[in-house]
Amino acid sequence: MLEVKNLHVTVDGQPILKGLDLSVGAGEVHAIMGPNGSGKSTLAYVLAGREGYEVTEGSILYQGRDLLDLSPEERARDGIFLAFQYPVEIPGVGTNSFLKTAVNAVRKHRGERELDAMEFMKLMREKRDLLGVNEEMLRRSLNVGFSGGEKKRTEILQMALLDPKLAVLDETDSGLDIDALKIVAEGVNALRSPDRAMVLITHYQRLLNYIVPDKVHVLAAGCIAKSGGKELAHQLEKEGYGDLAGKTGAAA
Amino acid sequence: MASETTTGLPYADRFAAIAATLPGQSVPWLRELREDSFARFAQLGLPTPRVEQWKYTNLHPLTKAGFEPAVVNGQGRGQIKALQPLSSLLPAEEPAHRLVFVNGLFRRDLSEIGALPEGVRLDGLGEALASEAESLAPMLGRAVRSGDNALLALNTALMADGCILRIGRGVSIDAPIHLVFVGAAEETALAFHPRNLIVAERDSRAVIFESHVASNGGVYWSNPVTEVTVEDGAEIQHYKFQDESLDAFHIALTEVEIGERGRYHSFVMTSGGRLSRQEIRAVLDGKGAECRLTGGYLARGKQHVDNTTEIVHAKPHTTSKEVYKGVLDEQGRAVFQGKIIVEKDAQKSDGHQLNRTLLLSDRAEIDTKPELEIYADDVKCSHGATAGELEESALFYLRARGIDETAARRMLIEAFLGDLGEDLASATVKAALQRRVSNWLAAI
Ligand SMILES: Nc1ncnc2c1ncn2[C@@H]1O[C@H](COP(=O)(O)OP(=O)(O)O)[C@@H](O)[C@H]1O
Ligand SMILES: [Mg+2]
Repeated sequence: MLEVKNLHVTVDGQPILKGLDLSVGAGEVHAIMGPNGSGKSTLAYVLAGREGYEVTEGSILYQGRDLLDLSPEERARDGIFLAFQYPVEIPGVGTNSFLKTAVNAVRKHRGERELDAMEFMKLMREKRDLLGVNEEMLRRSLNVGFSGGEKKRTEILQMALLDPKLAVLDETDSGLDIDALKIVAEGVNALRSPDRAMVLITHYQRLLNYIVPDKVHVLAAGCIAKSGGKELAHQLEKEGYGDLAGKTGAAA
Repeated sequence: MASETTTGLPYADRFAAIAATLPGQSVPWLRELREDSFARFAQLGLPTPRVEQWKYTNLHPLTKAGFEPAVVNGQGRGQIKALQPLSSLLPAEEPAHRLVFVNGLFRRDLSEIGALPEGVRLDGLGEALASEAESLAPMLGRAVRSGDNALLALNTALMADGCILRIGRGVSIDAPIHLVFVGAAEETALAFHPRNLIVAERDSRAVIFESHVASNGGVYWSNPVTEVTVEDGAEIQHYKFQDESLDAFHIALTEVEIGERGRYHSFVMTSGGRLSRQEIRAVLDGKGAECRLTGGYLARGKQHVDNTTEIVHAKPHTTSKEVYKGVLDEQGRAVFQGKIIVEKDAQKSDGHQLNRTLLLSDRAEIDTKPELEIYADDVKCSHGATAGELEESALFYLRARGIDETAARRMLIEAFLGDLGEDLASATVKAALQRRVSNWLAAI
């Protein structure tokens, strides 16, 4: 599904990722952990195609195709979804109409019929209940006045609506209390499927108690410093990143 | 053609000859008013950027176009070639009284004035100037407070027609009054100077829509002056859509006087014209008077849009609220000058002003100049101005959900302009605004 090889990325001329390798197969859930500033969000943005994140070396293949030439919207339509660490507040853009536009953009690309208002409402009602997002929230401007938890839940709602092939969840757990975390985790687990891959970026191992990953990677100083099974997360919880970060010379 | 003239306008130098053909020349006071006004104009000349209020808007292109008067011997020059159906200018179900002016001249044949309530006078100004000038004496110049204003003087000297609207005491006109000004360009560049006189007597009420449109593109110059008197307890909603030809000049002045508890709400949407200015000067001249000025502007290519406002709080407990928002693309330029004066006696007054501009290109430019002059001590006044680009993070967020870049930009621009319509009382105007914005965005 996703093959990242020797990825080097600079932001504002600063090298952030320095030779990262990552391979995620269909149906797999990978966790990427690492200290603050290690480049986790940078990886997420590069996968989603954000401007200003310059790939200077290496390659990213998605479903066997070179991803780097595609615009963010082309990637999204081809099934890449990024749940933002900091969902953007957009005053004046209604959440509902934004979601409908997004869903139809993706459906159109897939050769599916665009949904009319009624059909969209029906789809929305289904997915909304799953995540405990209330109707009133969806009438507001996108993310404006949403609490941290509401923003994160709306991100997962968007994922459920857009039905991606590869979902990258950037610290979707941070800032959530345990109840909100459970709701989000349930939402994510419900979307696990054999033809969908997920990359969970997280800072804590807490989330991984609820969403059990197939693999865990530690990102430190711009590279994958260590990979292992889910037990690696527990080890990190006990021992911290200090050692790994030290080994690769990062000053996290 | 004259090379260097005193006035900067070649045709104005033939004033005596032109004036002889204007309506009301047999009325001594009117003839004198025109002559004095012309002398004033000749003395002042067209304002240059050295004049403080014209610092950011240069009228030099006016002197190069070689304008000719659009009205000769009471006959209008210029033919309507292709005009959208007038009813489409207001996407309204509601019937309106419609007065149509072509190159500044009232065209009764194109107009439709329905049954009006008793106590309302609605008519063309030209005939009234010619046949019953006396009845205009108390209205003409009543709301004008501008001192040295060359273009106002030129308008007074050369006004040939316009609209008279007088709403009697306590009368409410339910159907909106729709004033349509059509610019019909000819080979020669034509200039016209409409004068509109609006008086809302005590406790009366009316809604006025102005549409300024072009029948066939081209260069012309419209120099309208509108006087509005809102007497005690009266209310005027005044909406204007300026959709002139993209080669046209539109330099408009609106002077407003508002009495006790009177309300004047203005909305001006500018998307036409090569060089345009809308100046609004309002005096809150009675306790509890209220003035709301809302404006939107959309400019691209080399369009230049100037909104200049002055609100004077002359009496206590007066309120003003002013919001101007615009979007500039390519080499579009905008000017916003907003002055609020709170006089010594105007205690407990509120004045709020906001100007926000979205710049879509790095060659687009806005000059914004708020000015507060406050002489009373117990008042609430605020102003704010912002100018910026679309936010990259918002654009990326939308694109990351599969929305293409153009659509995402449009969504964000619409969102930016969105609240302009929020305070508008008229659903018709909201729809008209919406349509202007989507038409404009379609070319992004
Ligand atoms: N827009 C940016 N401009 C400059 N530096 C940035 C920018 N975004 C991130 N960085 C830097 O890149 C490094 C990695 O950041 P990030 O990918 O956000 O880390 P993480 O998500 O792991 O906390 C940090 O040192 C951060 O300061
Ligand atoms: Mg991060």
